[in-house]
Amino acid sequence: MTTTEAPVARELTYVAAVGEAFGQLMREDPNVFICGEDVSLYGSVFGVTRGLLAEFGPERVVDTPISESGIMGLGLGAAATGLRPIVDIMFMDFMTVCMDEIVNQIAKMKYMFGGKAVLPLTIHTMAGAGSSMAAQHSQSLEAWFCHVPGLKVVMPSGPYEAKGLLVAAVRDDNPVMVINTKTLLGMRAEVPEALYEIPLGKANVVRPGTNFTIVAIGRMVSESLKAAETLAADGLDVEVIDPRTLQPFDTETVVASVRKTHRALIAHEAVRFGGIGAEFAAQIQEEAFDHLDAPVGRVGAPFSPVPFSPVLEKEYMPNADRIVSEVRRILGKQA
Amino acid sequence: MEISRETLLDMHRRMVRIRTFEEEAGKLMESGKVPGALHLYVGEEAVAAGVMTHLRDQDQITSTHRGHGHLVAKGGDLKKMYAELYGRVTGYCKGKGGSMHICDLDLGMLGANGIVGAGPVIAIGAAFSNRYRKTDNVTVCFFGDGASNEGTFHEAANMAALYKLPVVFVCENNGFGEFTRQERHQAVHDIADRAAGYGMPGVIVDGMDAIAVHEAAGEAIARARRGLGPTLLECKTYRYFDHVGVRGMGVIYRDDSEVLEWRKRDPIELMESRLAEQGILSADEAAAIRAGFLAEVREAIAFAEASPFPAPEALMEDIYTTAAG
Repeated sequence: MTTTEAPVARELTYVAAVGEAFGQLMREDPNVFICGEDVSLYGSVFGVTRGLLAEFGPERVVDTPISESGIMGLGLGAAATGLRPIVDIMFMDFMTVCMDEIVNQIAKMKYMFGGKAVLPLTIHTMAGAGSSMAAQHSQSLEAWFCHVPGLKVVMPSGPYEAKGLLVAAVRDDNPVMVINTKTLLGMRAEVPEALYEIPLGKANVVRPGTNFTIVAIGRMVSESLKAAETLAADGLDVEVIDPRTLQPFDTETVVASVRKTHRALIAHEAVRFGGIGAEFAAQIQEEAFDHLDAPVGRVGAPFSPVPFSPVLEKEYMPNADRIVSEVRRILGKQA
Repeated sequence: MEISRETLLDMHRRMVRIRTFEEEAGKLMESGKVPGALHLYVGEEAVAAGVMTHLRDQDQITSTHRGHGHLVAKGGDLKKMYAELYGRVTGYCKGKGGSMHICDLDLGMLGANGIVGAGPVIAIGAAFSNRYRKTDNVTVCFFGDGASNEGTFHEAANMAALYKLPVVFVCENNGFGEFTRQERHQAVHDIADRAAGYGMPGVIVDGMDAIAVHEAAGEAIARARRGLGPTLLECKTYRYFDHVGVRGMGVIYRDDSEVLEWRKRDPIELMESRLAEQGILSADEAAAIRAGFLAEVREAIAFAEASPFPAPEALMEDIYTTAAG
């Protein structure tokens, strides 16, 4: 690239991409505000709201007490009366203390009111293990929210997705939960400076391939790409698909891939039992049973709370190696 | 506070309209004409009437499972209300919400609610929005003695006081959380005492007396409108009927004598006797008002019964907002 060319994108960390999106969204729409614990003066414990207070003031960057029901209700009441709130729930584990607001109120208000309510609300949070934060600060609970009609759920896999999905979430006229992964926050990638949207409900074929499909979400996308490189040495040409949006799920893109490759595996960091991978796998077998040469595999965490000790946590966390061995196990089971 | 003749008559009419709506609704539930469960407001009318006579359409309220009275008092359309109770497509929620989710967003009525204690945190959001949008609208949060034990009340009261939000918490203390008497569900007698814990004024008022409610609510609402923050207004009132449905007498959880004692101070009779004393409303005029609302109610019931049910395909509509609307 010569110096005279305008750069299309710069490299940004995940944190910087989220922060940039917040600022641009608030500049774009005066009805957008953000509220949550330590989002204002401190700039959020993850640094994603740093600098917003100085530009937008305390009316639009609102520090709250540690009161998750109150925060979620604040967002709900504000959204129902014409604003476009971003509610930050510091750790996804804390969703448990505002479940009524999310599940019984926010998700259902439009339907219960016969379509009259419009709730342009974004719920922004951090999930995932890998930082020795133990069992109450490390969970991936995305499957719970995908199960509730009325919510949309996105899970970015890197800085580009983080910004584009956040923009789409905030501009959407429905409640959208944006689930970030803590261990991705330092990841760097090219991110356009302009405000861009990644359409909700549209999967991305991250790595095209011909004879195996891995559907991966969040951090497992980069792990799957590593696994794909390893598996290439086995002569396997792996296609990696990032759904990006979990609800609504892009069944079409995934099924089209499996019809081509005849084998599939789902990878997520959440506990495997009852994880969203079970739903994805069910959809694949419903829509592409005749095309499958092997059972659909799943990689996820064991049925255990997230442990504290780094040794145990390493044992807990799904990674590229586990994906590789699960793919090899599936190949050994081919009909 | 000098209350005008018009306001007194307005409160009376709102109370009678609620009473008529609720008594007829109770009959419909008992006869099995409307599906599901109704939580009726009979006995508590003075609270809704006393508060709502201060509110404009743009002022919001959050309601409870016992929400019909709030919507009637806010100016709700009885046809749409009954149609909703009947599960018809002409109802406020197209038959998708029913009694426990009845609402009218155009009237600022943010919904009855099936979850006890859900309202307070929604109310602070609406109040936050009122200030953010630079309006002087206020939000009134109705809740009961039972809901005052939910954590949401604590969180909302703290945040409302912290942010000085234009919200008024109106506690309809009817002495029971469902079928459990107040002294068996909380150690305090006056819920207004809790206001001190949040740094807001707590006021106790006779919830059977619409004039007393109107005066106290007026002060609290004016305070909120001026940006001076929230008030907790406790209205001591009584539920004539059971938690669900009608009966209310000859029940295991309270003595009939207690019900009869409260009925001696019936809010509508109390108001009518005052209006008669002041020469504002005669007995004949009061009877004519009742007859008028009964006619409105019967017409609304007929409308509901003649209305179609939703088409089966409506099941999957209104879950998400789409570009098409």
